[in-house]
Amino acid sequence: MGDLLDRYDLAGAFDEMFAAAGEPRTPYLGLVAHLETLSRSDLDDRCAMRDRAFRDQGITFALGGEEERPFPLDLVPRILAARDWTTIEAGVRQRVLALERFLADVYGERAILHDRVIPHRMVVTSAHFHREAAGIVPAGGVRVHVAGVDLVRDRDGRFRVLEDNLRCPSGVSYVVENRRAMTRVFPEMFQSHHVRPVADYPMRLLAALRATAPPAAGNNPTVVVLTPGVYNSAYFEHSFLARQMGVELVEGRDLVCRDQVVFMRTTNGEQRVDVVYRRIDDEFLDPVHFRPDSMVGCPGLLNAARAGNVTVANMVGNGVADDKAIYSYVPDMIEYYLGERPILDNVQTYLLEDPDVLAHALARLDQLVWKPVDGSGGYGIVIGPRARDHELDALRTRVLADPRGWIAQEPIALSTAPTYIDGSLAPRHLDLRPFAVHDGESVWVAPGGLTRVALPEGSLIVNSSQGGGSKDTWVIADPLAPASVAPSELPAPAPEAIDCTPLERGRQDPGPLVAPLDQQQQQQQQ
Amino acid sequence: MLSRIAESLYWIGRYVERAEDTARILDVHFHLLVEDRGAEAAESYRTLLRAMGLPSAVDAMDGQAVAALLTHNDTFSGSIATSLTSAWDNARGAREVISSELWECLNVTHRSLGSWDRYGAAPHEFLRWVKERAAMAAGLVDTTMSRDEGWRFLVLGRSVERADMTVRLLSARYGERWGAAGWRVLLRCCSAHEAFLRRHHGMVQPSLALEFLLTDSTFPRSVLFALREAETCVVALSAAAGPDRGGDAGRVLGRAAAELSYASIAEIDRELGDRLAELEAACNAAHEAVTRRFFRASVPIEWSA
Repeated sequence: MGDLLDRYDLAGAFDEMFAAAGEPRTPYLGLVAHLETLSRSDLDDRCAMRDRAFRDQGITFALGGEEERPFPLDLVPRILAARDWTTIEAGVRQRVLALERFLADVYGERAILHDRVIPHRMVVTSAHFHREAAGIVPAGGVRVHVAGVDLVRDRDGRFRVLEDNLRCPSGVSYVVENRRAMTRVFPEMFQSHHVRPVADYPMRLLAALRATAPPAAGNNPTVVVLTPGVYNSAYFEHSFLARQMGVELVEGRDLVCRDQVVFMRTTNGEQRVDVVYRRIDDEFLDPVHFRPDSMVGCPGLLNAARAGNVTVANMVGNGVADDKAIYSYVPDMIEYYLGERPILDNVQTYLLEDPDVLAHALARLDQLVWKPVDGSGGYGIVIGPRARDHELDALRTRVLADPRGWIAQEPIALSTAPTYIDGSLAPRHLDLRPFAVHDGESVWVAPGGLTRVALPEGSLIVNSSQGGGSKDTWVIADPLAPASVAPSELPAPAPEAIDCTPLERGRQDPGPLVAPLDQQQQQQQQ
Repeated sequence: MLSRIAESLYWIGRYVERAEDTARILDVHFHLLVEDRGAEAAESYRTLLRAMGLPSAVDAMDGQAVAALLTHNDTFSGSIATSLTSAWDNARGAREVISSELWECLNVTHRSLGSWDRYGAAPHEFLRWVKERAAMAAGLVDTTMSRDEGWRFLVLGRSVERADMTVRLLSARYGERWGAAGWRVLLRCCSAHEAFLRRHHGMVQPSLALEFLLTDSTFPRSVLFALREAETCVVALSAAAGPDRGGDAGRVLGRAAAELSYASIAEIDRELGDRLAELEAACNAAHEAVTRRFFRASVPIEWSA
């Protein structure tokens, strides 16, 4: 009998596992019962098993030049009830469709700007608005093949969108590998839960990439994953996706563009490429149009895309839609393009270009969260209530110098969940990044997503580049959904007498005979 | 298959084989000299280092120093540690093509190298471990990978390296007094001693041993066998591009194999030095032709208005 949860104090935020001290929420009842059977040394054993498996498979990352560490997966899973997941799924789908329409619009007719729903200057001043992408009509109308929408849970337990990632959202390989590791380290935990599987993400992605190939590519388009190379921090993911999709993982030097057609250099000469799932930022993708000093890109790729000879996924210029100032207009976009009410709310955000808003926000400098609009990875964020005076002074100067470059948000007390730290379970803040795949017909949201955990006590920064960890995220299958049959519900095979006669000495055993198929079927019907 | 990936696979094959062969050779020499501390010790090590491409190595090196050089020296490109690290490094960039099991095998091998830093005075444990890891990698290549281009490049690299190693081992011994004891060492370096005894029942005669290591068509570590395996790979790899039987690489490998299989052992023995030099050149030429044909083939870009 373990006492891991005995000293678990709620941290004053919404807790995923406990409604109140000692009162687990319904989806967690089975998990809590299981955790109560474990002792500290049980968990330590499993941690060692997990670390060895990650190290052996090379699933590691290096933090600030230190030696490679196994990916920090917390062994207590995060559980999402079927009902919550239905909301998230619908909300993410709605958001991705609206953002897709927005991108087609700003790089096309610009109706939303003419109708003054979003100010023209907000779009053209965005650092990631690329005129190079204007007028390109992508195959299938898809610019956002993959989206990662970051969600947080507020004090009332409602999910809110913190930001959208429409450029190269990463982390999905950890969703799949975390699950794989958990099923190996804690198989018994899965016995009592019907968790929706996540492993078919790469197949869904491949199907979407093939569906959005240029029409001229025919029935069997060639898809590649483009990586900056082995030294990129997300290389593991690039390699993982290429392996799981069964496509080539290319670097810029493997590609060549001739007459606006992209080829890769193979052992049998050059082979035409139809779809490039690129994991290189816009700025480095094509030295002809962007940074001329980029060594990892492919010169001519964007012209080939413009000529309709190759699909670039995600499309160049998507960053304008995940700009943090544009973010505050997403609810308006949903109403403008889809005529719907937003299913998932934003966090209350202040745009600082209006001098009145700026003055009000600066007056509450130490109460708000401040973010640079074009940042990612958690860099540059200042959390007012936790900042020191000199940090706030520096912030004030920078915001006054460039109000368009910053947003201010009301702080959200991110929800917490029990996390195994130094031998006991303690509350840590977390978020959720579900991944959506758009194939031009529909948006599929992978059940679950990446739950990121801020490991230092009280910290709200969950990014792995800042020392965050992760949790396996379980979406419990809806018992009413017809999707698939739980293994425990399959009819148990009738017990049969097993022939245990020992072999005569010197006789070889050819193995048990397999019954002919029709006979097997008859047996199952009995 | 991408040229860059093909090249990585070819080198994984070569480096793993090199590590294994080096471990095998060192294991035999080191223990032989422990058993029989003769005046030939220094000479024997010199021969060993010559085979490894270090003809001018220091005379004063004792067994321990030679073992340290060939196992863990990171500045010597032929050491076991360097070979295994290079194999890992190539695998890291080709992870999506090799099976995860093979990757894991090479990754664990590479990670564990550090823990062998101090094997004390007995390198045998380490050498045995290297041979086991290499056997595991070879087994995983054969049981978890389709017989497609990727597999062929791995086997091609392995075969070229194996032929090259055996030839170099023979060259290094050329010019010595070739007693039965020396031949026994050579056979054991190629794990060929037992196979040889079964084939020829008993006595180790120098000409029979030479014939076995060069031209036996059934033993997988003979030069002829490795050359033929490499040729088969090159021909199959070229099949998609056209019926030219592997171009230069196929020609070089096929000719060397044909000359070995049709020459009598008396002929080979008479002009052994030249024959071995030719074989060494053939291995190099095959390597260069493979590189030109499969890894560097490219049409230059032309800019037009």
